Amino acid sequence: MAERLPQPGWAERAGAARTLNTLRKARRTGGMAEDDAYRAHRRAMETAYRADLGRTLARAAMTRDGLRERLSWFWADHFAVVDGQNLLNRSVAGYHEDAIRPHLAGRFADLLVAAVTHPAMLLFLDQNSSVGPNSPRGRKGGGLNENLAREVLELHTLGTAGPYGQADVQQLAELLTGLSLNKDLGRAFRANWAEPGAETILGLPYGGDTAAFSDIRAFLADLSIHPATARHLSQKLAVHFVADVPDPTMIDAMVATWRDTDGDLLAVYAAMLAHPVAWSAELVKARRPLDFVAASLRALDVGRTIAAADRKLLARVAIHPLVEMGQPWLRPPGPQGWPEEAAAWITPQALAARIGWAMEAPRRLLGGVMPDPRVFLAEILGPFASDRTRFAALAAEDRAIGIGLILAAPEFQRR
Amino acid sequence: MGWTRRAWLSGIGCSLAASPLMTPVSFAALPGEARLVVVILRGGMDGLDVLRPVGDPMLKVLRPVLADGAGSRLTDTHVLHPALESLEPLWGDGQLGFAQAVSTPYRDRRSHFDGQDILEAGTAGDVPDPVRRDGWLNRWLQTRPDAHARTAFAIGREEMLLLRGNADHAAWAPDARLRMGGATQDLLLHVYRDDPLFHDAARVALELSAETEDKTEARAGEALFSFAAKQLRGDARIAALSLGGWDTHRDQPRHLSRALRRLSDGILRLRGDLGAAWDKTLLLAMTEFGRTAAENGSRGTDHGTGGTMILSGGALRGGTVWGDWPGLSEVALLDRRDVNPTGDVRRYAAWALRSLFGAEQAVLERMIFPGLEMAEDPRLLG
Repeated sequence: MAERLPQPGWAERAGAARTLNTLRKARRTGGMAEDDAYRAHRRAMETAYRADLGRTLARAAMTRDGLRERLSWFWADHFAVVDGQNLLNRSVAGYHEDAIRPHLAGRFADLLVAAVTHPAMLLFLDQNSSVGPNSPRGRKGGGLNENLAREVLELHTLGTAGPYGQADVQQLAELLTGLSLNKDLGRAFRANWAEPGAETILGLPYGGDTAAFSDIRAFLADLSIHPATARHLSQKLAVHFVADVPDPTMIDAMVATWRDTDGDLLAVYAAMLAHPVAWSAELVKARRPLDFVAASLRALDVGRTIAAADRKLLARVAIHPLVEMGQPWLRPPGPQGWPEEAAAWITPQALAARIGWAMEAPRRLLGGVMPDPRVFLAEILGPFASDRTRFAALAAEDRAIGIGLILAAPEFQRR
Repeated sequence: MGWTRRAWLSGIGCSLAASPLMTPVSFAALPGEARLVVVILRGGMDGLDVLRPVGDPMLKVLRPVLADGAGSRLTDTHVLHPALESLEPLWGDGQLGFAQAVSTPYRDRRSHFDGQDILEAGTAGDVPDPVRRDGWLNRWLQTRPDAHARTAFAIGREEMLLLRGNADHAAWAPDARLRMGGATQDLLLHVYRDDPLFHDAARVALELSAETEDKTEARAGEALFSFAAKQLRGDARIAALSLGGWDTHRDQPRHLSRALRRLSDGILRLRGDLGAAWDKTLLLAMTEFGRTAAENGSRGTDHGTGGTMILSGGALRGGTVWGDWPGLSEVALLDRRDVNPTGDVRRYAAWALRSLFGAEQAVLERMIFPGLEMAEDPRLLG
């Protein structure tokens, strides 16, 4: 899917964000021409941001490998970076493309290094301003920032209840000093910002007199196969893909696979899917809004339409509705990512937006040619269709409402 | 919290299909009759322009364009911004007041996002942890065993950190209105009948939609206040909402007037729609920081520190400007640029909770607003 719908990466998206900063400065002292240039560029960035969403939805609507798209969303959420100011303005989709997508089916160590040391993550969690107090740069001022170190241990690997303390956070923050951006907005390691000397994290020593990026890589590799990491992430995967309260034997099987394969993600997914509970017909999870919209587009067979949609249509059927459903594109509430449990998503306000979308968006996307709700019901829900939904789809006063009721039904909204 | 959303919803006996205009059932124990409305003014409202300290000779020097001499005189030293003219009668009735030179404990950085987070989290100036943060209004709700899922309402699309946290509360944006015919409503509830999560959410959404005016009937800003009034007339006692448009770096006369008119229209709408309940209501409008004492080169102002809080409501002992005036001379300014705060904005919020709902001072100073010294009672209520 990535070949058919190529997504621009971080360098291009963050480069555009940097250009906007330059144009903004020029506008302060310039005239009409500078103002126009700034506005045009900002509009182009907004168009690109919407197109990134369109592409994400189209990939999910058209792919034969739906699990791959869902895995890319899962890991992008696990290593959440929030769209924001400066270089993170409309550029986060580029980070996902470069750091997350290539490592979905490899070793977790590679994914962890790619995400945690990516410029987007460094900017988001203030790592680029963290200075080793005893480094050459640190003697002139500045200090440690523990933000990234803490979230790596708490959110990205060991988990809130994991076996680490404040000393480990502090030592990891020292180990991470030096991580920064180069002039091409790629990752750089500034040795003169790095805290000299070895650090002891989770009982093991890392680094030495000469600071190097390889020390960070070595620690993250060890962390990626730590038993607490294996358990925390197996649990999180199972909660996301199977059930809010997953079967403990499934988790045990995943953790054992993690240990035996040194965190080979493909093998861990296989262990999850090999467990009989994964194939239970019970629908217990609520689709998140992005998932709901993508699944609807797939059901309506309008992947091509969304891939080719202009900025206005994308705003109408994707950007604004996702805000209303509570999942604005690339803007999770913080580094912890989106909430998981169904009750967080199915609130009166957010459900109203889902129902509104189900009733209106199909008409807009299909150009008035609505499928027969009876056929749609059989094709989309098949054996999952409840008697109530079947009755409602047939009793609807027109086709659009029939389609809307099917897409709004719990058996479509859940998974 | 004994009450969960689910428990409350399943406690409603009749179905919406049977009674589309039903109002929520009452509860045995409600937290009294007092009502609090908190309006977060996002973007940094220029307090110096809203309540103009014309008694300070430096005002005209620092602001040759903005201090244009217009507006009604409220006190010997204060003039009201002309765009708030419609609120002037409230001042005379003791239903409008101000707290001047106030701020959160946030200093130096002047970021909107951090400033708003601190304002809503009620911290002692530290930026709240992005993962674990909660709002001061929610922490207070957690201390009230009599609060239920609909005691507090977050209104509008904006996420209200103010109400985020473990205590249950309701949320609704008037423009989330579900428009569908009665037959389709019935079919929808029929589809959801066996799934309590969906059924309860849809029932509330349809019910709130019925209580929500069409956007065409009221301007968007007024719709927020109108919806707040409707809920406050019922079981709700707390409403939190936010208004944007206060970040007036350029052409402030035009932009600030527009924002102020939205606020004053909203307050008047709230008063009108609340009816008798207005007399039990206190409104606090607060912003993340004030703006620079001097105007900039674009007829605007930049991010500052000390600002102004607007207080209103029938319950208010208004017609008063609270707080000491620090002066605008160069030595009096903070960093030679901002109004130097003489009061903590959290103090007024704390006294509001204490006066309206009897919140305990020790709880307020430790748990709700860590590190706050409430000092003497400003006697906000009339």
